[in-house]
Formats: sequence, structure tokens, C-alpha cells
Amino acid sequence: MEFDLNEEQTMFRQMVREFADKEIAPYAEELDGTGEFPYEIQAKMADLGLYGLPIPEEYGGAGADFVTYSIAVEEIGRVSASLSISMAAHTSLGSMPIYLFGTEEQKQRWLVDLAQGRKLGAFGLTEPEAGSDAGATRTTARLAAGEWVINGTKCFITNSGTDITSHVTITAVTGEHGGGKEISNILIPAGTPGFDVAPSYRKMGWHNSDTHELSFTDCRVPEGHLLGERGGGFKAFLKILDCGRIGVAALSVGLAQGCLDESVSYAKSRIQFGQPIGRNQGISFKCADMLVEVELARLATLKAAWLADQGRPYTREAAIAKLFASEAAMRAANSAVQIHGGYGYIEDYPVCRYFRDAKILEIGEGTSEVQRIVLSRMLGL
Amino acid sequence: MAYEINEEQKMFQESIRDFAKTVVEPRAMEIDEKGEFPWDMVEALKKNGFMGLPFAEEYGGEGADLLTLCIAIEELAKVCVNTSLILGCQELGSTPIKLGASDELKKKYLPMLASGEKLCGFGLTEPEAGSDAASMKSRAVKKGDKYVLNGTKCFITNGGVGEIFSVFAMTDPEKGVRGISAFIVEKEFPGFTVGKHENKMGIRGSSTTELIFEDCEVPAENLLWEEGKGFSLAMMTLDRTRSSIGAQGLGVAAGALEYTIGYMRERVQFGRPIAALQGLQFMVADLAMQVEAARSLVYRAACAVDSEEPGFSALSAMAKCFATDTAMKVTTDCLQLMGGYGYMKEYPIERMMRDAKITQIYEGTNQIQRVVISRALLGGK
Ligand SMILES: Cc1cc2nc3c(=O)[nH]c(=O)nc-3n(C[C@H](O)[C@H](O)[C@H](O)COP(=O)(O)OP(=O)(O)OC[C@H]3O[C@@H](n4cnc5c(N)ncnc54)[C@H](O)[C@@H]3O)c2cc1C
Ligand SMILES: Cc1cc2nc3c(=O)[nH]c(=O)nc-3n(C[C@H](O)[C@H](O)[C@H](O)COP(=O)(O)OP(=O)(O)OC[C@H]3O[C@@H](n4cnc5c(N)ncnc54)[C@H](O)[C@@H]3O)c2cc1C
Repeated sequence: MEFDLNEEQTMFRQMVREFADKEIAPYAEELDGTGEFPYEIQAKMADLGLYGLPIPEEYGGAGADFVTYSIAVEEIGRVSASLSISMAAHTSLGSMPIYLFGTEEQKQRWLVDLAQGRKLGAFGLTEPEAGSDAGATRTTARLAAGEWVINGTKCFITNSGTDITSHVTITAVTGEHGGGKEISNILIPAGTPGFDVAPSYRKMGWHNSDTHELSFTDCRVPEGHLLGERGGGFKAFLKILDCGRIGVAALSVGLAQGCLDESVSYAKSRIQFGQPIGRNQGISFKCADMLVEVELARLATLKAAWLADQGRPYTREAAIAKLFASEAAMRAANSAVQIHGGYGYIEDYPVCRYFRDAKILEIGEGTSEVQRIVLSRMLGL
Repeated sequence: MAYEINEEQKMFQESIRDFAKTVVEPRAMEIDEKGEFPWDMVEALKKNGFMGLPFAEEYGGEGADLLTLCIAIEELAKVCVNTSLILGCQELGSTPIKLGASDELKKKYLPMLASGEKLCGFGLTEPEAGSDAASMKSRAVKKGDKYVLNGTKCFITNGGVGEIFSVFAMTDPEKGVRGISAFIVEKEFPGFTVGKHENKMGIRGSSTTELIFEDCEVPAENLLWEEGKGFSLAMMTLDRTRSSIGAQGLGVAAGALEYTIGYMRERVQFGRPIAALQGLQFMVADLAMQVEAARSLVYRAACAVDSEEPGFSALSAMAKCFATDTAMKVTTDCLQLMGGYGYMKEYPIERMMRDAKITQIYEGTNQIQRVVISRALLGGK
């Protein structure tokens, strides 16, 4: 057993934390109010190499392990869920599918800009009628004269409409096999005619993360934009989601840690009834519970990441980590606002934003219920 | 002990439910989005005679009991917490007058509040005196036939729209809690200004501001009850109004659950409505139990206040705490049940979740309710 991060990972955590505290935290509240995508900060994060952590150096990435990647997502998530999810979705949904399933040519063409953060990538799985039931995809891709002709709608797609979005990989029905749908992944470059990006959704939180509905009307891309095997789309996205779950779990740990930090410092400094409010067990016990959950969530997340680094199966651990960490984050955010009293309800305070940012963690990349389905299946139920 | 609602109350419930559905609900989303105080809702409440509910007939009111007011607030909060708060704050701001004013003052002020011609507010909280309201710093010094008031109140509901405020200040700091007095302050009094307007997580259509008093001149006859009775008056007021915050929590919980149940029947995933899934059915069953229990407790506490039953203070605290904790739990789970759609502003649930949070904080945080309840049981201070 070895619970310590290695020296490199430890230094990396310190570096990302300092960056987050200096370059993001001071602007996070104001940014949230604008609802805009923060290109300047994104570019600084790209300079740090945060957009291609698990991508090998030959494709422009850092060649780092998943533990290192989780640390980055957590540390950014501690101050800004929006920037953290944008980076995590870009990595696990935007880049990994190309890295895992792409041809050498596709990797050379797309990955370098993505890994260096000059471009952002997106993955379009969800549809209006296909949410948890992702296999119910209705979007179709028909092969005609050497091109895929795509029709359909995707919804809630992160990173899909920024100025620097390079592409979205979608799942589409490319045919039928023995009564079942043949689902494949196809890479659609931004700006392709027939690919329309609706205006941003208005969301409860994640205000600086870019989310759109996408529609495809006779949208044509070359046959060579098929990503992975034809018919391999369903299996591929299950694998992609496993990796994505580590990201959402790490973000949840970061958000919960941010809530804990804010709560403890407030509980020490806010005086009521002649003493810091943290002297009341009603408050200190809440902080203690938060600490326990943050710690457990982090352990579960790092374990899943470590398994991935060992090349071992980690579906189970990723589901456990995502489920526990996201629910812990929501509880932490709720407690943090409560501990701040009326001030927690005011948008000048980070915990107010954390509260609005937390709830989606229990929904994206497979809802809590979907994680429970994954786990109960693994129990043979 | 009776808390069954009678025929008259049932009829009233139907009429206000109808009003809420037809007049209020269509405006709810816009009120939140624009973040503007809904004057049209004030007009509608006036026109339908609802503003006068908590005022005696001799002052032009409806002479309704607290239970009836709670029913009204519940029904309004089912669709729009902002609108329910118009009624709630009229009750909160006027209760010190009803309890502590001379007949003359009552005749002067209550009719304009009962008709809704003027809105009122309750100015207790200060930046350094929230839960510990008795540590307030605002000072009122008697000079001839006037009190000169200095200090700042914060987070005051209706601050920017109200014209009559019950304000609490120290007249004799040496006496501590027994040195606090209450006054009726009109917006027009010289030296009274409205300070910062808060940008809040929820109840965004409610005006929450600072009230600033700089040598504000208050006629001596506007003293409520007598010098030194201010804190008692504040506590007597809160003991009587807390169930109505409970009703607000109950309403938003019941409204969210009702909406979500409708959604679950319609939303199809995996070939059937999600309402057919046991994991979700059990969640709904748990939420429904809590809503029912909250309703029983709120109605019970309101009846106890109406009949001045001994121990109604602790009961009111229980009702407030339980019903608003329920509101938070129910709205959070309802958002979960709605999946990604729940997080979007096109649907009402994310708003309800943001609005629910304040009910656990104002009119005494739920920690303070637990202090009140446990003190009633265990003694001590
Ligand atoms: C801000 C945001 C960003 C997103 N980014 C992306 C993205 O980049 N790419 C992408 O493809 N998608 C993205 N999504 C979509 C997200 O993954 C889906 O919202 C999520 O998978 C849930 O699907 P749904 O919203 O259709 O909910 P539904 O599937 O309709 O779920 C509704 C409720 O039913 C429950 N439920 C459904 N089926 C079952 C079952 N069998 N058993 C028990 N309970 C069940 C769910 O848990 C939920 O509580 C994003 C969503 C949001 C809100
Ligand atoms: C939108 C809004 C509207 C409001 N409207 C009004 C209004 O109209 N009039 C008015 O006078 N006020 C109003 N308030 C103020 C509100 O009542 C206070 O915010 C509330 O009483 C808590 O005070 P505080 O914010 O200073 O928190 P604090 O008192 O600083 O509390 C911080 C935390 O410490 C906890 N705590 C404090 N003391 C104890 C203890 N002894 N034991 C255990 N825990 C403790 C609290 O529960 C909370 O979790 C409003 C507030 C908001 C946000």
C-alpha cells in the first residue's frame, strides 16, 4: 500500500493550486455573473499544459497519469466548477475518444491542437429522447457517395459552441444489425454546413461552461470521419464515460473541498453570541462531517484513477467515486451556504456559486441512479 | 389540538389555489429572471382581497387566522415563492405593530397596510448581529419629542419597496437585551435611506436591502409598546410568524413535487415512463411523506398560535425548521428526478431549489430553531 502522491504529483498539485488561487479565484464571482466563456483564463490554463494531461507527448500532451489529471481537475474545481468541467469534458469527452479509438491520421490531425488547449473538443451523446437511455439515439448517419449524411439533435453538449471548438464527436445510428441499432461515433468539425449550434442554455450554475443544443440537417462529413469501428459506438461511449466519471468525481472532490475551506474559515471568523460560530457543535459537527466526506470522496476518486493508470478495470471504482463524490459535493455545498447564514445566499460569496454549481454533478456523465444501476448490475442484480 | 381545516378554509384554499395557478404561476419564471419586484402581483393580491388577510376587520382587513394565512402562503409558494413573500413580509412587518402599538398608531398604520396601499418590513438584522440579534449596534436616543436613530440594518426584505418599517434599536445599551426598543419608521422620515440591494441566489424578485439611519428622526409616539421591550416584541413576533415561513417551505416543496410527478409520468426512457422505476417511485414516496408531515406540523403550529396554546413558540420553531428542511430536500431530489432538464432555467425546479434555500436561513436559521426547541425541552440558554 502506498497512499502518498509521488514527488512530481505533489509539486504538480501545489502548482495548480497556486495558479487557481491566483489566476481564477479572484475573478470567479464576477465571471459567473457574466455567463461568458473565459477565454483568457482558458488560455493560461492551456499554457500550463492542463488541457492535454493524459494525452501522450507525441500528440502534444503531457503524458501524465490519471492521478495527475484528477489532481488538476480537483484543484481547478476547488475554485471554479465551470473551468474545471470545461477542462475535464474537453479531456475525457473531447480528446480521449480520438486518442483511444482514432486512427493514427486522425490523432495527428486533431489531437495536437486539443492537447495544447488551442482548441476545445466536445462529445455529443445525449439527445432529447435519449438521456440516461443513451442507446436510444435517434440521430442517423447514412453513407452516401463517400460521405456521412447526418440528421438529428443532440442536447446539453459541453464545449460545443465556443470560438475555439474544433469538433464534436457524436453517436449516431449508422444501420441495423439483427433488429438492433448499429451505433457509431462520427467526428464533426465545427462549422460544417448543416451543423447548427443553438444559443447557450440558461442554467442554474456552471455559468462559464459552454452548453448547447446541436442540430444536424443533412450535415455531410467525409467517410473517414468515422471514429473507431463502425458499430462500435455503444461500447466506445461506455469506456469514454468511465473515464469521464473520474473527472466528475475529481471535480466534486474539489468543489466539496472548496466548501469545506470556506466554511471552516468563516466558522472561525464570524462572531455571534460573543464567540466564533464554529464553537457551536451544530456548526463544528457539520464541518467534521464535510471533512469525512471530502476525504472519502478523494480516496475513492484517486483509487479509480490509480486503477486506470495500472491498466486495470475501473468501471466499478469510477461509478463508486462519481456517485459518492457528487452526492458529497451537494451536501457540502448545502452545508456551506447554511454555515454562512444570510451571507451564503448572496452572490458575492463563493459558496452561493458552489451551491448552484453542485447539483449538476449528480446528473452529468450518468445520473446517480445510473451509477446505482451500474453497481447493482456488477453485484449480479 | 384540532388542525383539520374547516369548510370555510377549504373554500378559501380552493380560491387561492385557483388564483395562484391562473394569475401567479404564469409570471413566476419572469419574476425570477428579471429580478424585479413584482408590483403586478401586489396589485393582484390587493384586488382579490388577499393582502388584508392577516389584518383585523376593524382596520379594513379580512381578520383571517394564522392557519388561513398559512394556507394562502402555501398555495402561492407552490408556484412562486416571491409572491408568497409579499404576503409573508406584510405579516412580518406589521406584527410588531399589531402586538405593540397604541390604538392610535394602529389606526394610523394598519389600514394602509391591510389595503396593501403600502408595503412594510421588519428591520432587525445588522451586519454583526444576525442570529445574535440582541448584539445590535443601532442606537436610538430620545431628544424632546423625537428619537434620533443611527445605525445600519442589512438583508431587509422589502427594503427597496416598503414604506413602513418596524425597526429595532438600542435605547439603553447598558441594559443589553432589555435596552432594545422598537419603532415604526416611515420611509419619508429624514435621515433614512436605502443602502445596498443584494444580488441573491434565489427569491430574486424580492427586494433585499440595507436600511441606513443617519440621525433619522422618529416621532416619540412611534415607539412600540415601551422602551426596553423591543427585543421581546421581536421574539413575540417571530414566534407568531415562523409557521408562515414553514408554510412557504411547505408550499415550494409541494409545488416542486407536484410538478415533478407530472414530468415523471411523461418522460420516457428505456421504453417506459420513468415513473415506472422503483428507485424513483421510492424517492417520490419518501418526499410525499415528508410533505404531508410538514403540512400537518405547519397547520398544527398555526392553530396553536391562533389559540395561544402554551408552548406554541417551540411548535412554531419545529414547523419552520421541519417544513423548510423538507423544502430543501424535496426540491433537491425533484431536480434530480428531472435529470438535466431540471438544471435548466426553462423548467421551474432549479428556481424552486434556489428559492427553497432561503427558507432555512431567514426568520432565524434552522440552527436557531433547534436552539429554541432544545431549550424548551432541556432548559439552559
Ligand atoms: C450542464 C450539462 C452538461 C452536459 N454535458 C453533456 C455533454 O457534454 N455530452 C453529453 O452527451 N451529454 C451531456 N449532458 C447530458 C447529461 O449527461 C444528461 O442530462 C444525463 O445523462 C441525464 O439524462 P436526462 O437529462 O435525459 O435525464 P433522464 O434520463 O430523463 O433522467 C430523469 C431521471 O430519471 C432517472 N432515470 C432514468 N433512467 C432510469 C433507470 N433506468 N432507473 C432509475 N432511474 C432512472 C434519472 O436518474 C433521472 O433522475 C449534460 C447535461 C447538463 C445538464
Ligand atoms: C434574502 C434574505 C432576506 C432577509 N430578510 C430579513 C428581514 O426582512 N428582516 C430581518 O431583520 N432580517 C432579514 N434577513 C436576515 C436573516 O434573518 C439572517 O440572515 C439570519 O437571521 C442569520 O443571520 P446571519 O446571516 O448574520 O448569520 P449568522 O448569525 O452569522 O449565522 C451563521 C451560521 O452560524 C449559525 N449559528 C449562529 N449562532 C448559532 C448558535 N448559537 N448555535 C448554532 N449555530 C449558530 C447559523 O445557524 C448559521 O449557520 C434576511 C436574510 C436574507 C438572506
